[in-house]
Amino acid sequence: MVQFTLPKNSKITKGKHHPAPAGAKTVKAFKIYRFDPETGANPRWDTYDVAVDQCGPMVLDAIFHIKNTMDPTLSFRRSCREGVCGSCAMNIGGRNTLACTHAWADVPGEAVQISPLPNMPVLKDLVPDLTLFFAQYASIEPWLQADTPMPQKEWTQSPKDRAKLDGLYECILCACCSTSCPSYWWNGDKYLGPAALLQAYRWLVDSRDEAVGDRLDGLEDPFKLYRCHTIMNCAQVCPKGLNPAKAIAGIKRMLVERVV
Amino acid sequence: MSGNDFRTPLSRARGLGSAHHGVSGFLVERTTSIALVPLCLWAVYAAIKVAPLGYESAVLMLRQPVNAIMSLLLISVSFLHMREGLKVVIEDYVHTPATRIVALLLNSALCWGLWSVAAFSILWVAFVGGPVH
Repeated sequence: MVQFTLPKNSKITKGKHHPAPAGAKTVKAFKIYRFDPETGANPRWDTYDVAVDQCGPMVLDAIFHIKNTMDPTLSFRRSCREGVCGSCAMNIGGRNTLACTHAWADVPGEAVQISPLPNMPVLKDLVPDLTLFFAQYASIEPWLQADTPMPQKEWTQSPKDRAKLDGLYECILCACCSTSCPSYWWNGDKYLGPAALLQAYRWLVDSRDEAVGDRLDGLEDPFKLYRCHTIMNCAQVCPKGLNPAKAIAGIKRMLVERVV
Repeated sequence: MSGNDFRTPLSRARGLGSAHHGVSGFLVERTTSIALVPLCLWAVYAAIKVAPLGYESAVLMLRQPVNAIMSLLLISVSFLHMREGLKVVIEDYVHTPATRIVALLLNSALCWGLWSVAAFSILWVAFVGGPVH
């Protein structure tokens, strides 16, 4: 059955308070989820009073400031710091988003609360284990498949067909959508989730791909695809402004077209 | 991730593979939803019309072929919709295979059972009339 309460060893305890350095002008509190699997201790909420006048405008800037000046033990993923790599996806102020493109001033509430992406095993602090997420992506075979021999130059595509990939190819696989989806929470082991399904649709509508039938065969499943109940959290949180629910509806429409 | 699960992540993601069905259930959900719109509107209209007229008039109404057929359609589509909807709820929230199978069977039994009683009652009134006073 669905688990509605956290197991004992997952209950989050009150953690340490790191005060702002003396002389800080503007101070903002950051409440950050901390977990170290090596200590065996329960996760905790640490509070950092950040002198925000000394750091950049984004949440990632503040996290860097904390790591560099207040607490070097804080772990998090980051790479491009401009919303392209998807590494710094985390739950900020109760909402999955990218720390690098989200301003701390835009987070509602007194303290900026930051925790790892929901429902995934936590490796350490803000670093979730996304192994299954990426394996699900791999399972939809996200590459061009064609039996026709490779053309001399390139696979051609009309501008109209290319336009069908807009709103799909921009996905950076940050996992904000999948980890915000209640269906993925309940059945994440079987349901592919919005990110993998959006990617699957990206290949289904690619005019150069010759494996549409096989792809649809692989997706027609009560759990892999039809766990999507258009809850729409995915579209609401996508930091790239994409609409995975619409892509999933597109897959469902293609499956209907096949039988009706 | 379980410590003693040595399957590769891709093997876990692929699981038992695709069931190659689901579109029929999706179509049943959607078509019954659409069909229920006019059927429910008719039910509300019929209820408003017959409510002030009393028991005898209700029996007479159900004895008219159009009303009996509409009633049968209404309860049939409703139970079909209910069975499909509850099936989705069970699949969503019940994860133990044994419990899930029992719940799915009970759901079918409940919906078919209630449908039989309702259909029989409508046919009884339509062909035999109300109970003897």
